[in-house]
Amino acid sequence: MAEAEQVKVLRFWASPWSFRVELALKLKGVPHEKVEEDLANKSPLLLASNPIHKKIPVLLHNGKAIPESLIILEYIDETWTDNPILPKAPHERGMARFWSRFIDDKCVGACWMSCWTEGETQQMFMEQARACLRILDDELGGRRFFGGESIGLVDISASFFALWLGVLQEVAGISLINGDEFPNLCRWIEGFVASDVVTECLPPRDKLLAVFQSKKQAILATKSMVY
Amino acid sequence: MAGTATEDVKVLGLALSPFVIRVRIALRLKRVEYEFVEVRFAEPKSEILVKSNPVYKKIPVLLHRGKPICESTVIVQYIDEEWTDGSGSSSILPADPFDRAIARFWAVYIDDKLLALIWALRPEKEAAKVTELTRQFRKVLGLLEEAFPECGKGKGFFGGDAIGYLDIALGSCLGWIRALEKDKSVKILDAEELPRLAEWAERFMAEESVKGLVPEADEYPKLYAAAVASQ
Repeated sequence: MAEAEQVKVLRFWASPWSFRVELALKLKGVPHEKVEEDLANKSPLLLASNPIHKKIPVLLHNGKAIPESLIILEYIDETWTDNPILPKAPHERGMARFWSRFIDDKCVGACWMSCWTEGETQQMFMEQARACLRILDDELGGRRFFGGESIGLVDISASFFALWLGVLQEVAGISLINGDEFPNLCRWIEGFVASDVVTECLPPRDKLLAVFQSKKQAILATKSMVY
Repeated sequence: MAGTATEDVKVLGLALSPFVIRVRIALRLKRVEYEFVEVRFAEPKSEILVKSNPVYKKIPVLLHRGKPICESTVIVQYIDEEWTDGSGSSSILPADPFDRAIARFWAVYIDDKLLALIWALRPEKEAAKVTELTRQFRKVLGLLEEAFPECGKGKGFFGGDAIGYLDIALGSCLGWIRALEKDKSVKILDAEELPRLAEWAERFMAEESVKGLVPEADEYPKLYAAAVASQ
């Protein structure tokens, strides 16, 4: 009989990255403890568990520390094999890994920067973001989820678009993800957030909105301090 | 089962690319025969490259029975999972999930930090900047030097007794590291500062699966010029 597993997630309530980890654990029914980090005052545990990057999320499993959300997702899938989040066939696994990396390397950054910049810089990021969203929209096609009939690695990786992007757009006063240009993605968002497991893990929208709004205020305040 | 000509395996790439070298080492480890297709990376890019990797238009691309897989670390994992002998003896990734996570972590780190330093150092002419980039390079390698005993569990490679995922991720960069050391007259993989890595590098380069795939240091200027030449 295996001794009781100790699973902890060093996380931040507003982070889409730690959300990924918690969703995966929830989908697999793995009991875990959420350890909230104050990002302005990182705990000794976090600094010791992720000395290279000092970032959340970190998964602690029986004392072993695994950082980086996509790496954690693969670890979770390999350790708790019920309800797999990666497909079985090697080619499909490869494609799932490819699209997750595409989301992280290209999409999220362009969307994020679109919301925090202005003028020509913003236009440039918005064009990049739209190009990425178009690629994802095409890739998804008519499927319910990127993972097919159930939520998989790519869906979990794409969760940023399901909540965070909408909130950021509102704060920035721009429209990136919309039903006209990206009908498949918008349909996917509806289906994704309708899942009970997802709803249980998502942070409250109004709290997120408040955090991003005050970040925007802070940026504007700094800008207005001209010499 | 080991690949035959009927497996129809192609690698699109160029000899000097560390990303391409990774894929070729992995295929050699699995004894998979493949056709190496040198492509045009500078504009206008080869049609086959653009068609098989429309998202990034980058090398390497692995084509297996016509289906493309892109991104070197994704490809290496594909190779590991597709050509498996069942016993796990020819595995590229470690068997244990935690060891796999650590290997993946360092491979991502190498891609984020080391490759960026290679591309930054290559064209740099200003002495002060060369010194600074070299210092950053050695710092990154220093972390890998520290991680080596734990990853390799005291054996000769990051993968233990045999070369594995992380050996391939780092070892594929050795050609460029040696080329830059020569071109800029600097020491990057300094045997005094990084003794474990220096010894590991010699072992890696002597491996059968690696021989001939990493170009010699003085080949790089010509290979690079050919790679970026416009038509």
